[in-house]
Amino acid sequence: MMAERIETCDVAVIGGGPAGLAAALGARRAGAGSVVLIERDRTLGGILNQCIHDGFGLFLYKETISGPEYAERLIEDVARESIKVEAGAMVLDLAPDRLLRVNARQGYRLIRAGAVVLAMGCRERTREMIEIPGTRPAGIFTAGSAQNLVNLQNLRIGHEAVILGSGDIGLIMARRLAFEGVAVKGVFEILPWASGLERNVRQCLMDFAIPLELGSTVVEIRGRDRVESVVVAKVDGALAPVAGTERAIPCDTLLLSVGLIPENELSKRAGIELSPLTGGAVVDETLMTSVEGVFSCGNVLHIHDVADRASFEGFAAGKRAARFAAGERAAARTVRVSAGSNVRYALPQLLTAGKAGVEWSFRVTRPMRSVSIEIKGRTSGRIYARKKFPRLLPSELQKLKVSEAIEEDIEVAGHE
Amino acid sequence: MDGTQGSIYDVVVIGGGVVGCAVLRELSRYDLKLLLLEREADLAEGISKGNSGVIHAGFNAPAGSLKARTNVAGLALMYPLAEELGVPHRKTGKLVVALADEDRPRLEELKAEGDRSGVPGLEIVGESEIRRLEPLARGRWALHSPHTGIISPYELTIALAECAWQNGAEVRLEAPVEAIAYGAGLFRLETPRGVFSARRVVNSAGLFSDEVARLAGIDDYRIFPYRGEYLITDKDCGLRLGMPVYPVPSRDDPGLGIHITPTLEGNIILGPSAEPVEDKRDAASTREVMARLKAEAARLMPELGRTSFIHSYTGLRPKLIDPRGKDKFGDFVIEESAVRPGWINLAGIESPGLTAAPAIAGMVAEMIGAGLDLRKRPDFVPERPRRVRFAAAGDAERAARVVQDADWGEMVCRCEHVTRAEVAAALRNPFGARTMDAVKRRTRCGMGRCQGGFCTPRIVEILQDEGVPVDRITKRGGGSRLFYGRLKG
Repeated sequence: MMAERIETCDVAVIGGGPAGLAAALGARRAGAGSVVLIERDRTLGGILNQCIHDGFGLFLYKETISGPEYAERLIEDVARESIKVEAGAMVLDLAPDRLLRVNARQGYRLIRAGAVVLAMGCRERTREMIEIPGTRPAGIFTAGSAQNLVNLQNLRIGHEAVILGSGDIGLIMARRLAFEGVAVKGVFEILPWASGLERNVRQCLMDFAIPLELGSTVVEIRGRDRVESVVVAKVDGALAPVAGTERAIPCDTLLLSVGLIPENELSKRAGIELSPLTGGAVVDETLMTSVEGVFSCGNVLHIHDVADRASFEGFAAGKRAARFAAGERAAARTVRVSAGSNVRYALPQLLTAGKAGVEWSFRVTRPMRSVSIEIKGRTSGRIYARKKFPRLLPSELQKLKVSEAIEEDIEVAGHE
Repeated sequence: MDGTQGSIYDVVVIGGGVVGCAVLRELSRYDLKLLLLEREADLAEGISKGNSGVIHAGFNAPAGSLKARTNVAGLALMYPLAEELGVPHRKTGKLVVALADEDRPRLEELKAEGDRSGVPGLEIVGESEIRRLEPLARGRWALHSPHTGIISPYELTIALAECAWQNGAEVRLEAPVEAIAYGAGLFRLETPRGVFSARRVVNSAGLFSDEVARLAGIDDYRIFPYRGEYLITDKDCGLRLGMPVYPVPSRDDPGLGIHITPTLEGNIILGPSAEPVEDKRDAASTREVMARLKAEAARLMPELGRTSFIHSYTGLRPKLIDPRGKDKFGDFVIEESAVRPGWINLAGIESPGLTAAPAIAGMVAEMIGAGLDLRKRPDFVPERPRRVRFAAAGDAERAARVVQDADWGEMVCRCEHVTRAEVAAALRNPFGARTMDAVKRRTRCGMGRCQGGFCTPRIVEILQDEGVPVDRITKRGGGSRLFYGRLKG
């Protein structure tokens, strides 16, 4: 019965956030005939909709606007193209032959796509993943869910908050809660440096006199029904709590901003190879994953620092997906790319031999000053690209381009 | 006041754990006016929600004890009962592994004890058979129990209560019994939700059964709470455990030892610890035990040392033995009070209480039948309508359901693929349980790897659509509120 009702399209884009919106546009502009954009929320825009703060669009639109405004511009562009938008529709399954199972109020359907772009974004790490001991009261929220509840549902989530982790959403939420009269007792970060962008540390914490304590973490949650206090402690070089440094901070709310994880549930179902370094798919220079015709972009591929870069990746992935759907096939991807010293990851991880003009995205492992990033041939030792940076932070996603053709395995490394 | 003076119940069951609900359902076969009182905002909020979810075979307790007898009898009843009620379960078998030759005699003892109790099918197996039965298990020798299984303890508890409710029994949540008077053959039970009179009372108050008994003038028991911590792996941890694997129990361990148990959904549960605590509601996790659980589990299954966990939980056990005393074994108490005829105490029902519950319910029915005239209701329905899980349905059924009701097309939980229709059905449960945890236990929303990060805001919206004011949205009732009203504007 179902077999007769499989719909088809050239390119299916899964996720309608900053990457997915751009991917749909990219696919259409590259000539894909039928593009379907599938978004599980009721409206397009993804997480942008709850990011009511300013700071989006600097790279894409050369001005800073709010998240909803940024989304609106992309959504308007999508509306101008003949792109089929399916909001309130969730892809439940993706088979390696690019068969999608989609559920929506309008119906449960199967769609076969000529090419697929993954743009599902990411999810937040939880209390359980970082194994905070203690009780299990109400009042513990991940920063992103708190952002949804506060900004989209107008709910007061507490009176006194402690924020664990200095990810960007946590920093943004510290300021947001302060605006709403919530006493933000402090932001505690286990690492010796802030995970979020410098501008957010300055504009969200320092400007509001919210303390940031580096090298400390929450070691216990107390309170039976609602959070009553959290115990924080300093950590040692191995990030283990130091006995004797504990102190209890009374609060009714604990926000967690302890990292983002690319949401690759569908990728796993399709058998796509994932990188343990990024948590996203292993891709080549066309952003194609290990499964033919399935491309990945945005936070589902690797966590971005700003939405604009996720959109740029989306445009590129959409374009490549359109070409794949039109029959274009790349040669075997034989060049392997690895991350060397001081570099957490470099993407793409695979490359078609002989390809020139490829740009790498990378992040460093720790804050560094006057650092030189090199892309070096693993066999020849040849330096294909080198760039000096006065300062690099792990919170920033950086780029480095190689103009010449590469035939051997390469390594991206940083030296101070 | 809803508990009117006029309403006299034949039997009031105090406590909505698996045992209380099994008793209620068993009694609902008869023409009796029944009520269950639960202090928390949902059923299974106490001991019943925090255990390994194992259907035990019955070889751990000494033959002849109530624990052994009700376990073996309960095992025979449990699989047909779970079928009848449509509660997900699986007969998996179980291994108790000895890592060294010198532990083999302990396995022989367990087998002998089980044989004496009439546990079916026990056998000692060697290394190659262990591998065949459970490729992830390690051991020199193991006791294989083919009839052990797994079940969701809270789903069973809820299903039992729903079945009883369909057959006329009443259930009141957030109704702790605060005072008890006795006179003219009636117990008068005072709760914040009303005063209820009962000819018979079944005290199935779990951790609080001693305190409830004391309210009735029975000072026979003291419950010592023990805390057991657990960790749960992600379903995607790459390990597919087929059956529970236990270590040889140490004679001094107040529990069965830290073991690994599969869930029906494919996670692995690891735990529990067993340590006496002061507070009967102290369900905290501790750094020390979390580390110990991982170390112990890695001994049973080295692969577990490298996996990630998505959740932890802590259960409490109601023990009748003083942790400072010499006794290591405390049997179940299943008895009618000598000082208060008509009052039945079920105390110290720790493991294997889940498996034993249907057998205990049968014993209670017999005790009640000795005094009250039990007439079978001709219209008793033993089944409960099957709950459809969208995630488990095939393409054709999914498509059909969405056509029928568009709420099946609205995904609420991304990780466990739960639809709005399922959440709405859970919120319309007959007992009025409307907490976040009540939704979680009935639908699996929030049990996946995002741990509610995505679905919490959606469920909050649906709760409001279903008429729950923002300030009454709680995690588990009482003071566990999520919000303090709306923001300005």
